[in-house]
Amino acid sequence: MDRVIPLDLTRLTVRELNHFLHHELPTGDAVRVEILNPNGMHNLAVGLDAPADIDILGHAGYFIAGMNKRANVTVHGNVGWSVAENIMSGTVRVKGCASECAGASGHGGLLVIEEDASSRCGISMKGCDIVVGGSVGHMSAFMAQAGTLVVCGDAGGSLGDSLYEATIYVGGTIHSLGADAQEEPMTASDASRVSDLLTKAGIARDPKSFKRVASKRSLYHWHADAGQEY
Amino acid sequence: MCGIVGFLAKKPELSRLLGEFVVPMLTCMGDRGPDSAGLAVFGEPVGPTLRRFNLYAPERCFDWSAFEQQLATRLGGEIEVSALENHAVLIGSVNPVRFKAWLTETYPALHLLSTGRTIDVYKDEGHPAEIARRYHFAQFNGTHAVGHTRMATESAVSPAHAHPFTAGEDFCLVHNGSLSNPYSVRRKLEKRGICFETDNDTEAACRFLEWRMSEGDALEAAIGKGFDELDGFFTLLMATADKLILVRDPFACKPAVAVETDEYVAISSEYRALAHLPGVKDARIFEPVPEQIYSWTVSSPST
Repeated sequence: MDRVIPLDLTRLTVRELNHFLHHELPTGDAVRVEILNPNGMHNLAVGLDAPADIDILGHAGYFIAGMNKRANVTVHGNVGWSVAENIMSGTVRVKGCASECAGASGHGGLLVIEEDASSRCGISMKGCDIVVGGSVGHMSAFMAQAGTLVVCGDAGGSLGDSLYEATIYVGGTIHSLGADAQEEPMTASDASRVSDLLTKAGIARDPKSFKRVASKRSLYHWHADAGQEY
Repeated sequence: MCGIVGFLAKKPELSRLLGEFVVPMLTCMGDRGPDSAGLAVFGEPVGPTLRRFNLYAPERCFDWSAFEQQLATRLGGEIEVSALENHAVLIGSVNPVRFKAWLTETYPALHLLSTGRTIDVYKDEGHPAEIARRYHFAQFNGTHAVGHTRMATESAVSPAHAHPFTAGEDFCLVHNGSLSNPYSVRRKLEKRGICFETDNDTEAACRFLEWRMSEGDALEAAIGKGFDELDGFFTLLMATADKLILVRDPFACKPAVAVETDEYVAISSEYRALAHLPGVKDARIFEPVPEQIYSWTVSSPST
């Protein structure tokens, strides 16, 4: 059985909490940390680099589990802006909804948002995977460079604007595609990629029902003709 | 950065605790706006022939009794002034236009914070927690309130530049964001004889919406025109005698989170300012989407 370490934010400052998670986590045994009374506080469990399980019991604020490496962080509630910003590896799971910029510029690892994510989800992602059980807001995957964004619900306006090499899969409707994003046929390898991520996220959906969105690659080079219009 | 807060009580027992709910919200959002703050509270209306005026005096030792006597002599009628620190509430059967003209001529240093039958407005420089203590915000009661904590980015730090802004009667607005065309909006309104009191961008939004309402639009219709007219970033929280209204611009890069239960509606820039409210953990919590008008009406309207 895991050893559970409770950390209560009515008694600890955020700085003390993060110091403990960075420097005082016991090594060797399987460790689970429960963070109590988050009450919307920001910067909880940021910069982790340990194979620990962290449970945040309640709604949390901005930048939760930012720069996460190796740890598995679960938020039992909603989060504010920029959850798992710059995630490197490990898993960050939000049982509720996430506000703007979820998984922004993430390099690796998996971010799961079980309900909705707001605008700019996966903005500038650089290799992480993001699975959203519900819908995402406008400008999601803006300038996304690598990795996969799976949206089981609907996508807001300007999806994948200025997209590089990240791939987006949408189960519901797409309000509008951004500049240089296009819908492409789903192949068997796409369905298998979606299936794998849905399994990891624990979400049951038919992978073949998703649409694939990727870059047209027409913004990769400067067009002199277009430039001359100005 | 700035912070916004709003609260609407759906039950009378919560109206009596309005200040106790709002002060921790405003204090928490002091992290987003530590230079000045303000609060508008909507309570029991005075009679139809009466008006409430809220005034700010730059000096704490301002002689309000001399002011009251002079006003009674010049404009007549029953007048009652209650003052606290730099602030005073004046209730009387005084014509708002005549009062404003008299005030500008006789006491140009006094700032008229609000006019109406239900609204009181407090705003001042300093940390929101300090301002809440100075003016006893925790003791306030009323059906709804709108507050703001300011981190000035585009105009001076002064009580007049703090939010809420008011225009007309029983209308106020707080703003998180920045407008990029406040001067063009202002020039259009000034041509119609509308006067501005500060160079704050939010005042342009406030006076634009009030102008539309004075032309016959409902606030929701006025906001619809505001989406065409106002350029820039905004989360706007507004209140009238019986409504609390929230909108975000199409880009929605200024935050807002709302909580609704059977007993109240609460709005803030960040969830942590709402975490102390009763039943919030199990309440319906949502992020307002861009360009949608969210409107809540007081169950027994103050008319």
